[in-house]
Amino acid sequence: MDLFGDPAIWLPFTFAALMGVSILIYVVLDGFDLGVGLLFPFSDDDEKDRMVAAIGPFWDANETWLVLAVGLLLVAFPAAHGAILTALYLPVAVMLIGLILRGVAFEFRVKAPTKYKPLWNNLFFTGSLMTSFSQGFMLGMYVMGLTWTWAHVGFALLTAVFLTVAYSFIGATWVIHKSEGYLQVKAVDWAKGGIWGLVLGIGAISIATPYVSARIFDKWFGFPEILYLAPLPIVSGLLIVWLWWMLQRMPFYNDRYSWLPFAAATALWITAFIGMAYSFYPYVVPEKMTLYESASAPESLFIILIGTAFVLPTIIAYTVLAYTVFRGKAAELRYD
Amino acid sequence: MEVMDTLLLSRIQFAANISFHILFPTITIALGWVLLYFKLRFVRSGDDRWMEAYQFWVKIFALSFAMGVVSGITMSFQFGTNWPGFMETVGNIAGPLLAYEVMTAFFLEAVFLGIMLFGFSRVPGWLHTMATFLVAFGTTMSAFWIIVLNSWMHTPQGFEMIEGVAHATDWWAIIFNPSMPYRFMHMMLASFLTVSFLIAGISAFRWLIGGQTKGVRAALQTAVFAAALLIPVQIFVGDMHGLNTKEYQPAKVAAMEGHWETGGNVPLILFAIPDQEARENHYEIGIPNLASFILTHTWDGEVKGLNDFVTEDGEVLHPRVAPVFWGFRVMVGTGLAMLAISWAGVYLILRRRRETGDRFGVEGLPRFYLYGLVAMTFSGWLATLSGWYVTEIGRQPWLVQGVMTTKQAVADVPAPMVLSTLIAYLAVYAILLGAYITVIFYLARKAAKGEKLQGRLSSTEAEVVAVPGE
Ligand code: HDD
Ligand code: HEM
Ligand code: HEM
Repeated sequence: MDLFGDPAIWLPFTFAALMGVSILIYVVLDGFDLGVGLLFPFSDDDEKDRMVAAIGPFWDANETWLVLAVGLLLVAFPAAHGAILTALYLPVAVMLIGLILRGVAFEFRVKAPTKYKPLWNNLFFTGSLMTSFSQGFMLGMYVMGLTWTWAHVGFALLTAVFLTVAYSFIGATWVIHKSEGYLQVKAVDWAKGGIWGLVLGIGAISIATPYVSARIFDKWFGFPEILYLAPLPIVSGLLIVWLWWMLQRMPFYNDRYSWLPFAAATALWITAFIGMAYSFYPYVVPEKMTLYESASAPESLFIILIGTAFVLPTIIAYTVLAYTVFRGKAAELRYD
Repeated sequence: MEVMDTLLLSRIQFAANISFHILFPTITIALGWVLLYFKLRFVRSGDDRWMEAYQFWVKIFALSFAMGVVSGITMSFQFGTNWPGFMETVGNIAGPLLAYEVMTAFFLEAVFLGIMLFGFSRVPGWLHTMATFLVAFGTTMSAFWIIVLNSWMHTPQGFEMIEGVAHATDWWAIIFNPSMPYRFMHMMLASFLTVSFLIAGISAFRWLIGGQTKGVRAALQTAVFAAALLIPVQIFVGDMHGLNTKEYQPAKVAAMEGHWETGGNVPLILFAIPDQEARENHYEIGIPNLASFILTHTWDGEVKGLNDFVTEDGEVLHPRVAPVFWGFRVMVGTGLAMLAISWAGVYLILRRRRETGDRFGVEGLPRFYLYGLVAMTFSGWLATLSGWYVTEIGRQPWLVQGVMTTKQAVADVPAPMVLSTLIAYLAVYAILLGAYITVIFYLARKAAKGEKLQGRLSSTEAEVVAVPGE
């Protein structure tokens, strides 16, 4: 256990990294299926069915990354878990109710009598909206250090809007990949609109974070840090320009590279995430509690780590299997 | 006072959320295995009736699964939002158990569910069967890990307290804690019984309204036989579970039995109105000496009474008596009703089979009997919920028996905030529960009318067809 030095240091660090990776995977994967829900009002009935078919086999597993992320927070950093979730009590409740509504609407919209289908479609949209909005709100509050002042709430409302638009953007890129014909053209348009949410969201958080905390300011704008960090904004900028260029010309001949916008969006997510992680390290509760202070006992973390080492690769393997089985266009619904 | 209100509201909220959640796992745990059974019967015999049954029940499975997943996500946030003290005190033990549940169970079922529901004509038959198996296995693993944690909260061992925080010393002892085997067995059987009665009830309903297909016949008979086989086992396991509880949580058993004074020759109380203020029962009706016999296996054995759990200075260390007492009677009563109705069914079916030589004897079931089955459709839910109320209320005031009280775990969130979310949850649950039950009967009616079930757009059955592009 002491192989890598003090387990009270490297174990919490490893778990923070694992938790970060699960959050990242979650915002990409559930991001796209929440985004599809957000685009519901802009699509007609037939398109809705096709859009749901594009996420049907995946959404449940996508949400499980959220369960894993909050699970890791809970098991590895119990003190921080309590502090964060009690501070965010109301937005968490809104998110949960949103998740409930959209999760069951998937099933009810096709199983309930046909006359209720529009109702469940609406609930699917509403649930997706509640979820995205409250997640964006929580992100904003977290960045602001989890204290409830009017200014912070105002900022959080802004990030809520941006994240919602950003989710609908990544949702649109997923639909581009999974659809064809008129729906695909429409999705390209959606993506063109949605990209602004992303730009504004990343911008707002990048500008706000250093000003909330002098510590974070120094981390970014000191010398030589600023040199190492420069690639992050540059890469993001290039990705955005490239995405914009691509979307102007899509769909490409023979539907080539229809997966590229989604991949580029994911890359953008990753750079934004690395930036955030860098800012907040080593804190789990911003400026209040470091991950080392709030970590569980090393022997408990170790027992989980052993399992994770075996289980995580397996999970990734069968996730890949599922995406392979359901690759290709979700163009047509057949009623076996 | 403020904290008191928050505590009470948080408890009600937790109870509401977990009660809603448990309804659906109770169905999916066993229904997964039943679907695997239908599928295997079909693969082996090529007989369409099994496929028909599979295709109907897989829809209900998908619906229940979605309800279980979303309500489960609520559960995993509850610990942080309402009970931060729980994780801070016993997180070193609860944490790994929950983590293993997520890693070994949730991902397994969530990923293969996609293949099971949508992959029917996308993947080879064996892979689809395999996916069905893995989903069933995954739900069972979820149940295992969460029951391990729950049982540990009732009979904790394998840990030491250092500065008020529990540290694991022996994982084997934690996982195989004394009440775990009983609780896990009892819960698994509860799930299979719930599903048996659900299938029997819905099939009887379809039969009654004219949908007398081969698939209904097969499902109905399978369900009645399964129930008849499992209920005696459940009663036996329940008895062992009770004996185990008597050893580790005597206050709970005293409340279940409704006995105030310690003594021998204890009667089995059938009916009473326990009065906690006066510390006695009103209108008591009982069978002499039977409780002594059940709990000690001798007619005059001594059983501890509730008054033993009040300290010198008047602090009450036993749970509230009435809900535990009544919860237990509802559960056992439902169990006995299940026994009666399932055995009667088997008798009627076998008699018919002997008379006609037909392999499926469900025509032997008279109409009033079928109505009885319909009435019992959700009896499993009733027994399961009341059983859990006995278990959980019976542990109070402890959250982890002898280690921490529920009060120590509660979050310092303002009461109005808890109240507002509680109301929101209750409203959502009431609507969804109504929708769920309505839709099940709607699907049954549609199937009975012979409308092809698949004749409609559906995310679940819809097949996502690959277009060779690229
Ligand atoms: C279909 C469901 C079902 C049925 C028919 C029964 N039970 Fe049960 N019972 C449960 C479902 C259940 C449960 C929901 O699964 C519980 C709650 C926690 C647990 O471990 O099992 C439970 C708890 C529970 C407990 C409390 C244990 C504790 O936590 O200390 C006892 C003593 C019994 N049962 C005994 C019985 C007996 C004697 C039955 C005879 C008819 C019976 N149960 C029928
Ligand atoms: C197996 C996982 C479970 C865990 C870890 C668990 C944990 C808890 C916790 C933390 C509490 C304390 C909060 C409170 O007092 O309300 C509690 C109480 C309670 N639980 Fe459970 N529970 C589990 C299963 C269940 C199930 C399946 C049910 C019912 C269907 C249930 C019903 C209740 C009830 C009714 C209370 C309230 C008791 C009271 O406050 O008097 N529990 N449980
Ligand atoms: C405090 C207690 C509980 C928590 C925190 C909890 C948490 C969860 C979560 C997060 C999910 C969704 C998993 C996914 O994303 O696929 C879930 C589903 C599930 N839970 Fe629970 N749960 C609790 C109690 C229980 C109990 C008491 C049982 C049964 C004995 C149970 C059995 C299941 C099963 C079988 C599933 C699979 C989904 C389904 O069948 O609907 N859980 N639970």
